[in-house]
Amino acid sequence: MAFFEMAKTALRTVLSRPATIRYPAEPAKKTLLTRGHVTIDESRCISCGTCQRKCPAQAILLNKEEKTWQMDRLRCVVCNSCVDTCPVKCLFMDTQYTAPTVTRGVEIVTITYVKPVKAADKGETQG
Amino acid sequence: MTTEEQLTMPIEVGQLIGRVEQYKQEGYRLVQIGCTKIGEVYEINYSFDKDFVFRNLRITVNGDTEVPSISGMYWGAFVYENEMHDLFGIQVRGMNIDFKGNFIRTSIKFPFGAAIPKGEQP
Amino acid sequence: MTKQIIIPFGPQHPVLPEPIHLDLVLEDEMVVEAIPSIGYIHRGFEKLVEKREFTEYVYVAERTCGICSFIHGLTYCQGIEEIMQVEVPERALFLRTIWSEYSRLHSHLLWLGLFADSFGFENLFMNAWRIRERILDVMEQTTGGRVIQGSCKIGGVRRDISGEKLGQMSKDLDSIGQELEELTNVFLRDASIKHRLKNVGVLSRDDAYSLGAVGPTARGSGVSLDMRKTGYAAYGKLNLETVAENDGDCYARCVVRCRELFTSIDLIQQAVRKIPDGPIDVKVTGAPDGEYFTRSEQPRGELVHYLKGNGTKFLVRSRIRTPTLTNIPPLVKMLQGCELADVPVIVLSIDPCISCTER
Repeated sequence: MAFFEMAKTALRTVLSRPATIRYPAEPAKKTLLTRGHVTIDESRCISCGTCQRKCPAQAILLNKEEKTWQMDRLRCVVCNSCVDTCPVKCLFMDTQYTAPTVTRGVEIVTITYVKPVKAADKGETQG
Repeated sequence: MTTEEQLTMPIEVGQLIGRVEQYKQEGYRLVQIGCTKIGEVYEINYSFDKDFVFRNLRITVNGDTEVPSISGMYWGAFVYENEMHDLFGIQVRGMNIDFKGNFIRTSIKFPFGAAIPKGEQP
Repeated sequence: MTKQIIIPFGPQHPVLPEPIHLDLVLEDEMVVEAIPSIGYIHRGFEKLVEKREFTEYVYVAERTCGICSFIHGLTYCQGIEEIMQVEVPERALFLRTIWSEYSRLHSHLLWLGLFADSFGFENLFMNAWRIRERILDVMEQTTGGRVIQGSCKIGGVRRDISGEKLGQMSKDLDSIGQELEELTNVFLRDASIKHRLKNVGVLSRDDAYSLGAVGPTARGSGVSLDMRKTGYAAYGKLNLETVAENDGDCYARCVVRCRELFTSIDLIQQAVRKIPDGPIDVKVTGAPDGEYFTRSEQPRGELVHYLKGNGTKFLVRSRIRTPTLTNIPPLVKMLQGCELADVPVIVLSIDPCISCTER
């Protein structure tokens, strides 16, 4: 039989700092690798559509004619799959969690990538 | 990486009870009973294990064959057989605890079976 | 003549982490029979495998469960790698082992907290979860996610842990180990806890083997079954002892899980010492064609993934058989003959993870 086993621990935790964070008044714990939300650098996207194909939640929609990249934040599961497979590395994972919203909607970004013109007097280089 | 040896033996429905009885005598424990739908036929796998040696019995049935229950030998098999019935619509004869379709409550009966209409959205 | 009344237990109950329904047939406060019924979290994962490519299905497989998520992803990747005969580099195997053991630590601490809550000891619940926060912090620092890790992929792992980080994790584990000693001391030696747990929900050794109990439910009754002994991932190179008790009651299952905490810490320390340098993944091309049963050890028992592919990008079948599904018949057997007030303690002692069961 053992007595007062818990009393030591209970006394110690009463006298020390609280172990919880008063979120959202204080910011949440973050590390360098925390998966918060996906951001895009629109001047580098080449509209290849790889991120749309690889997304397991089907949250990304690419419209090549209108040059828009659209993402449904509430469907995204922040798995990092699109960031890993983008061939030009224009997608980044930010460490801040998505802010809560009250409406469903998609975020539309216009792609501003301009393909660089190849110099015409280089001769034999193919396009 | 170790690849453990896995023997799969396809047998007839009639031989099922005999083989399972033999495994029970030798001291194997039941690992799982799983059903796969390939085209129009269903493949049912009965898996057994003893001391990390894996054995597998496979029977192939179509939707209206009645499969005998092995819960006489393995009392815990009712979980898998009821689940198989509720999801795939396979009739199992002689279960020791028969939920009659109420084990897994889904809004469509037999969701993985043949009753799905074609043209559903993903 | 005693009258029988039927009381529904669940799906909403303060002690259950996930919804399960049990109909308890009572005679004067003694349970005569228990009839389980599941299906509250059925999400149809096995149908989803036909619509997602096999490389993307890792993310879906991981989200089957929130507590044991890493090992689901690991087992799925192992299955596909076996079908496609891919050789995973050693460093990736050791990293997977380290994350699996952290996953086991956090799952057992979660269970200890819920168990303390089930017999009313909330202070102990909060203390167990306070230690669990330190484990989750390490998971977040190394993979980016506290609950869903997302670091397994077919052919290896997605992220590496640097050597100095591994050294730091190893030092942290020493201090976590000391706190765990104090915590398990309370669980195992406190008089009022023992009074609630001894001789409650007894499962005999033969019953445990023939009804198909796995994991700590079986190991608490003397059946020494541990899938880590088959040597998947890097377990073949580590020194592992299976923990088993003989009594078969709730106290024995609690002892098994408390001792497994220390086994996990020991395994992580061994892996950190033995981890080799090298690449962390291999490139995988092609599609799986064939079938395989993969087995691994989750914190709750033996997990079986059956995968079948036919050469296209979409798998034909993925069947997940989780340990809680096969622990339900022993639960039904344990509940026969117990008192009504002991039902929450017994239901929690098999560690029900219903979202795995009803994928």
